[in-house]
Amino acid sequence: MHRFLLAVLRRDLTLAARRRGDWLIAQFFFVMVASLFPLGVGPEPEMLARIGPGVLWVAATLASLLSLSRLFADDHHDGSLEHMVLSPEPTVLLVLGKSLAHWLIYGIPLLLIAPVLGIQFNLSWEAIWVLEISLLLGTPILSLLGGVGAALTLGLRGGGVLLTLLILPLYVPALIFGAGAVDGVMAGTGAEAHLSLLGAFLVLSLMIAPWIAAAALRVSLE
Amino acid sequence: MSDPSLSVHDLACARGDRLLFKNMNFTLNAGALLLVQGGNGQGKTSLLRLLTGLSSPEEGEVHWRGQPIRKQREAYHAEMIYLGHANGVKDDLNPVENLRFADGLQGREFDAARGVATLNKLGLSRCLDLPCRVLSFGQRRRVALAALLLAGATLWILDEPLTGLDVHAVALMEGLIRDHLKGGGMVVATTHQALNLEGVTVQRLLVGNVAIPELA
Repeated sequence: MHRFLLAVLRRDLTLAARRRGDWLIAQFFFVMVASLFPLGVGPEPEMLARIGPGVLWVAATLASLLSLSRLFADDHHDGSLEHMVLSPEPTVLLVLGKSLAHWLIYGIPLLLIAPVLGIQFNLSWEAIWVLEISLLLGTPILSLLGGVGAALTLGLRGGGVLLTLLILPLYVPALIFGAGAVDGVMAGTGAEAHLSLLGAFLVLSLMIAPWIAAAALRVSLE
Repeated sequence: MSDPSLSVHDLACARGDRLLFKNMNFTLNAGALLLVQGGNGQGKTSLLRLLTGLSSPEEGEVHWRGQPIRKQREAYHAEMIYLGHANGVKDDLNPVENLRFADGLQGREFDAARGVATLNKLGLSRCLDLPCRVLSFGQRRRVALAALLLAGATLWILDEPLTGLDVHAVALMEGLIRDHLKGGGMVVATTHQALNLEGVTVQRLLVGNVAIPELA
């Protein structure tokens, strides 16, 4: 069972390493979106620190969406998805492995870039630290829930736009608690409550999303 | 465990509103080949996908070793391998890596020496370290066939396995199918090409109502 999970992970990571352009695009997009806001709203440090957490979180959600439409689409196109679904292992594990690989490929780099962008938004070190924790808890949620959307829209024309419309509302709780945690620490009310709720949402997504995505994948392949 | 057998009971298949076939019954025993024939769009691929369990029938059941496949998905998939129109070969990986991941996804340990030997047997010895992107259509098909051989499954379900293969590869494939059947394996295949399968039990199944000239 764990061997299958590892095989899926290693396969997706190898493929990502062979096609660096794909994942670099998502990271550049993150940096671009976050950098447009200071240009648009003006350079006052207080204003930037006020909107910073929200902007960074929205940019992270959009960057994650950008890559999600390809989560299953490439494998579907070349037929390897059918082979994986027809393997003796449960489809849930396949979805879990692919979501985990998506997080490692697209989520971890966001975590590494976010502090730099935090400085750009004049966030304090404490706020940047909480931003990191909230992204660490939040980005796996984006990958897990995104897997559901990617499986549902597999093989549809214009699936990318539909995916965005389907999944963005589901991202709202993660966005509220994630940005709220950073706001909380800046306002002096503490971040624990928001981070706990974010953690709870992660556990909930981990328990439910792979099953829904696996069922959706089987329907899409029919 | 009982002898491997694949049987289909009162199977009906519909795509959208259109009924492709109904009341289909057949049994396939160890060592036999089922050649599914029919014109384009008559439901050959749909039938094969029903047999793999990728799609579920409108009516009826597919049984493996006497049990419905939907009740023993994992055990059935461990003994069955499907090769569809798409090869399932990743363009960014070389043939050996493709086989390694195919094995890993089936939950098996990859035997590199055996993998390379199989690729050599299929005439890919000069392409082992090239990404599959640069290989020709027929060569990629051969990589997919190597994965099929390495899987060691009892039941092969092959959708147009000979597409894009040259004369030598077709002859090789015929030999492989014969060997597999002699070893007690089973094959379900669709093809529009004539196959030389002497000494093999061949069952023919006509899907749809369009009469086609006798093959082979």
